Amino acid sequence: MSYLQFVFYFFSALTILSALGMITVKNPVHAVLFLVFAFFNSAALWITLRAEFLGIVLVLVYVGAVMVLFLFVVMMLDINIAKLREGFVRFLPLGVIVALAMVVELGLILGAKYFQLAGHPQNQSMLPNTEALGNVLYTQYVYPFEIAAVVLLVAIIAAIALTLRRRPDSKYTKPEQQIAIERNQRVRIVKMSAEGKSK
Amino acid sequence: MNDFLFFLLTVGKILLVVVPLLLVVAYFTFAERKVIGYIQVRIGPNRVGPRGWLQPIADAVKLMFKEVIIPAHANRFLFLMAPVLALAPALAAWAVVPFNDGWMLANINAGLLYLLAMTSLGVYGIILAGWASNSKYALLGALRSAAQLVAYEIAMGFALVGVLMASGSLNLGDIVRAQSGTVFNWYWLPLFPMFMVYLISGVAETNRAPFDVAEGESEIVAGFHVEYSGMAFAIFFLAEYANMVLISALSAVLFFGGWLSPFDPVGVRVPVIGPFLGDGIQWFLFKTAVFMFLFLWFRATFPRYRYDQIMRLGWKVLIPVTIVWIFVEGLLLALNIGPWFTRGL
Repeated sequence: MSYLQFVFYFFSALTILSALGMITVKNPVHAVLFLVFAFFNSAALWITLRAEFLGIVLVLVYVGAVMVLFLFVVMMLDINIAKLREGFVRFLPLGVIVALAMVVELGLILGAKYFQLAGHPQNQSMLPNTEALGNVLYTQYVYPFEIAAVVLLVAIIAAIALTLRRRPDSKYTKPEQQIAIERNQRVRIVKMSAEGKSK
Repeated sequence: MNDFLFFLLTVGKILLVVVPLLLVVAYFTFAERKVIGYIQVRIGPNRVGPRGWLQPIADAVKLMFKEVIIPAHANRFLFLMAPVLALAPALAAWAVVPFNDGWMLANINAGLLYLLAMTSLGVYGIILAGWASNSKYALLGALRSAAQLVAYEIAMGFALVGVLMASGSLNLGDIVRAQSGTVFNWYWLPLFPMFMVYLISGVAETNRAPFDVAEGESEIVAGFHVEYSGMAFAIFFLAEYANMVLISALSAVLFFGGWLSPFDPVGVRVPVIGPFLGDGIQWFLFKTAVFMFLFLWFRATFPRYRYDQIMRLGWKVLIPVTIVWIFVEGLLLALNIGPWFTRGL
């Protein structure tokens, strides 16, 4: 077994184990942490495929930002685990159908012609993955890329519009007014002659 | 056998970076107490060893022999894991820092991205410490810190995009080489707003004064590490200082030409001290030390920000500044303004 193979099997095993852990542990915070670990290991797998840009961006975006906010929310929730587990038998048939559909989909993808090792030339060029991606993203696929950016912008604005509401009864300080304040609006310095000490 | 030698060599290199780094961190705490002491017109620690030089060692020994107390109903595994998660990224990020021309642990192409990824991982240690402690103060500190880190990471990332646009490379060694020339070729001049944003968000990212609301002692005792004691606390302390050293080193590399000498190319011709005035690791260390001093100076000078002011500064001031400057930089690149942007688009 070569070193690269060892690295591959090591990180794949960790990815699968942490993915299993994610769906089996009871505590939601632990589940989020398992998911983070799974992301981290898949990033390592991508790096072994010489896709260092994808690997590092996975860590940067998902582990470093998205999952932090997830953890943030999950930590704040008071989740009653017993209640969540109540409907297990009732929802089992639906769950099995969804699971079967996903297994079939995955099987179709894995069996497809483009997914085989032979049909998929390895990245043999000396061009770094980051540069190669940038070259196609900003030339060949520039319009889809820009459209994706606009879609994300719409999502940002929609999220802000949904949550932003001014409540008239809440107390609120305006920072620009606070910054614009001057000393003579707050304190009044009174000049007075010193009191004579009684001797 | 070759693999084994490579492995040994790599471990040796890692030790060569980490051991001096930890020594620097230890003496940085001493320097902090001394510098702030002198700023506040007192002497600072001067009892342990000659002029107090053994103080950090005494501190380390004291912390090692203290008991690590695990709070009742705390999550034991995560409670002990959190300090490790805080320290590991702070050390791992040093893999791509160039100390001199070609002196880096891993000469990877996506060095800048790697740095961003590593610095964004540090927040896990803080959040988990806050959550696993089973304490209100710790949880509040963790939440404050997480919101702050996420906000300032964006500003910091945009500032690094500015560096990337100017140098045309993600490799830190290439970024330094792109700055070669005189002092005015370094990126602090063309990217001055980016440099200021980077420095401010660097201070905020390391949870240092005046942005240290995560451990604001007047409100939430000690914030996320309120329940930690002994070595577990010491590791958080190490992580904070290692992060400060890292941010200082990166400021030196990205905006102040890393190992490049300010006296280039005249300095080398000066007799006797010529080699010292030329490019070399001494300049990297000197510049890093200057930024480290700035951290201490800030702490002794500025009062702590209010929490909503921190959020406002991050989202409404720093991020717009970087976005505007990225646009300006694009224009400068398109117009080939020299000597920095002659590379063109």
